[in-house]
Amino acid sequence: MATEAQEMTNQELPDPDVAREWLRSMILIRRFEERAGEMYAKAKVGGFLHLSIGEEATIVGAVRAMQDEDYLISTYRSHGHALARGADPDNVMAELFGRETGVSKGRGGSMHMFDLENRFMGGYGIVGGNLPLAAGMALGSDYKGADEVTVCVFGDGASNQGTFGETLNLAALWKLPIVFMVTNNQFGMGTALERHSAVTELYKRGEGFGVPGVRCDGMDVMDTYRVMREAIQRAREERQPVLVEAMTYRFRGHSMADPEEYRTKDQVAAWRERDPIDAFAQQLVGAGAMEDGEHQRLDQEIVSRIDAAVGFADQSPFPPPESLYDHIYVLENESDSWYSVDERSAGVHRGEDERRLPASERGPEDEYRRAVEQAGREGANSGPADRAQNTPDGADSNEKLAQGGEG
Amino acid sequence: MPVMRYREALNQALREEMQRDERVYLMGEDIGVFNGAFKVTAGLLQEFGEKRVRDTPISENTIVGMGVGSAMTGLRPVVELMTINFALLALDQIINHAATIHYMFGGQARVPLVVRMPQGAGHQLGPTHSHCFEAMFMHVPGLLVAAPTTAADAKGLLKTAIRDDNPVIFIEHEYLYGQRGEVPEGDDHLVEFGKAAIRREGADVTIVGISRQVSTAEKAAKTLSEKHEIEAEVIDPRTLRPLDMGTIVESVKKTNRVVVVEEGWPHGGVGANLAALIQEQAFDHLDAPVTRVTGADLPMPYSKPLEQIAYPHEPQIVEAVLSTFRDI
Repeated sequence: MATEAQEMTNQELPDPDVAREWLRSMILIRRFEERAGEMYAKAKVGGFLHLSIGEEATIVGAVRAMQDEDYLISTYRSHGHALARGADPDNVMAELFGRETGVSKGRGGSMHMFDLENRFMGGYGIVGGNLPLAAGMALGSDYKGADEVTVCVFGDGASNQGTFGETLNLAALWKLPIVFMVTNNQFGMGTALERHSAVTELYKRGEGFGVPGVRCDGMDVMDTYRVMREAIQRAREERQPVLVEAMTYRFRGHSMADPEEYRTKDQVAAWRERDPIDAFAQQLVGAGAMEDGEHQRLDQEIVSRIDAAVGFADQSPFPPPESLYDHIYVLENESDSWYSVDERSAGVHRGEDERRLPASERGPEDEYRRAVEQAGREGANSGPADRAQNTPDGADSNEKLAQGGEG
Repeated sequence: MPVMRYREALNQALREEMQRDERVYLMGEDIGVFNGAFKVTAGLLQEFGEKRVRDTPISENTIVGMGVGSAMTGLRPVVELMTINFALLALDQIINHAATIHYMFGGQARVPLVVRMPQGAGHQLGPTHSHCFEAMFMHVPGLLVAAPTTAADAKGLLKTAIRDDNPVIFIEHEYLYGQRGEVPEGDDHLVEFGKAAIRREGADVTIVGISRQVSTAEKAAKTLSEKHEIEAEVIDPRTLRPLDMGTIVESVKKTNRVVVVEEGWPHGGVGANLAALIQEQAFDHLDAPVTRVTGADLPMPYSKPLEQIAYPHEPQIVEAVLSTFRDI
């Protein structure tokens, strides 16, 4: 793979302003993810937390190859996709904190980011569940005669789900404007590629469904951009779905609770040598597109930006208890006949009537209050200074975090 | 008022809503060239073309998922699954995606999707083609569940479902497709969700029927009146989520007895849920335990005599009603 990758990276840099923006976007994702990991260790973030550290080039290369009106849909590892597509780091961090100001108003959490305005159509917690949705979005564009393309990102693990074959077949059959991007980070959770797939060259798996495949070096933002741009153009102009396999590696565990017993330190170290951010920054400096030291200045600026996002998230309110039933149903519709079942009384009424109920009938108010108080206590020692104890990509804190409680 | 079959009423609803709204399209297995496994979509391919009447491969989970995705971008898909049993292949898209997306993303995305499918035993189709799963779908917040029992409701509820901005599970019944009924004319025949219909008035006992069992309950009510001088009130909830408990509770307050009839399995079924709700909301008005008549608790057998005793018929309902009088 290394030889192949070297061949592919041998190409011209984009315009310096564009190149610096790509670098900036990758650093933003890296620093955001590191801080998210720290906040998880401080229990400011709950649930599962899947970081894309190491995979930044796959995200920025793909998203920058898209147009504004295109749709992007991703997985449970999607903070970076939301950010690259233009979501405000404040709101993405606030979602991790479970706050009302989060992109999904605190209903979704890490695995379920969404930003309709930027056509980021969601992170999804079910492996392979987003493929049919993506094809449906592409069908929507095709049906309306719109020029939009849908980019569907999923992992190597998802390529073993039934939806992979079903969706590729339908996309090719109906000539939908869609690019399937499999982010091959070598592991489906803790199961290595060669232990979960008979055919490990995943880009070859589309052929039989009428979806041609191509590989890109997912550690190289320029190569990812070039391959994705061509694939997107083919989908847009020829109505030919394409499968792009981005070869990459996650530097961290699958989630924050991953002791990483399934891979060697040597393997991780070898891939870290190819850090997509360092590599691209060096290329920019080497080509004279960026001055020495600019990388560090950019980095400091982004670190401050992420500090602000953490501050914003921490100061944001939790969703109010009376909003518990909000958004189960769309209520403002033509026939005006929509109710949620409320089994506490004989009257059929809307679930959103919850906010009109007296507090005593709303559910466990004490549990809500305790959770808010607990968040306050844990926040007391979460100042930016704590971050300084970590290495730039948080490698030292990783082992400690891995002890935390997933599953 | 014109009289037509249940399947024709559904066809009319689809045609009218497709004429009314360009965003409405149909997707399913053999709904176009084949005209639909149960002929509900007959003639629609010729009228609307392949863009709006889409024959699909046999990929239930993906068909439903594509419906969800296209609904999120503003279309109004009506997906047909050949039977409700095949919906089990699509449960991930129905429950993890269609039902949750509006809530999970803080109200940003909408899923105006209808998934239509028939259910029910009686055609000797064995354990993979004969079941009734309304209880499973009504369990899920975020879904609306309709189960029309008359031709008029088939049309009116389907039109309402298509115009709604939420995912609707629309449960038809194989036995009902051929049944005739009067159907109001006009594009504006909409039946509101969450409003039960009282099919027959009576003061002595309330029978709540689900799906096809409403018609079985009506037959039983006639027998009860003629042979036992018991006047049964037959209620058809029409939608199971939202569920019109108000009408049911009012009836129970009048009759003090209630029998729930469904074809689905008893354990965790519609009747089990209604029994809980009725005792919570009308305990003091009950003169007898809430009684259930359900499908047998087993995979549906093929052999005709066995199949016939595995789902409710009129005599079982009559017997169940009589038992509510004997129990006093």
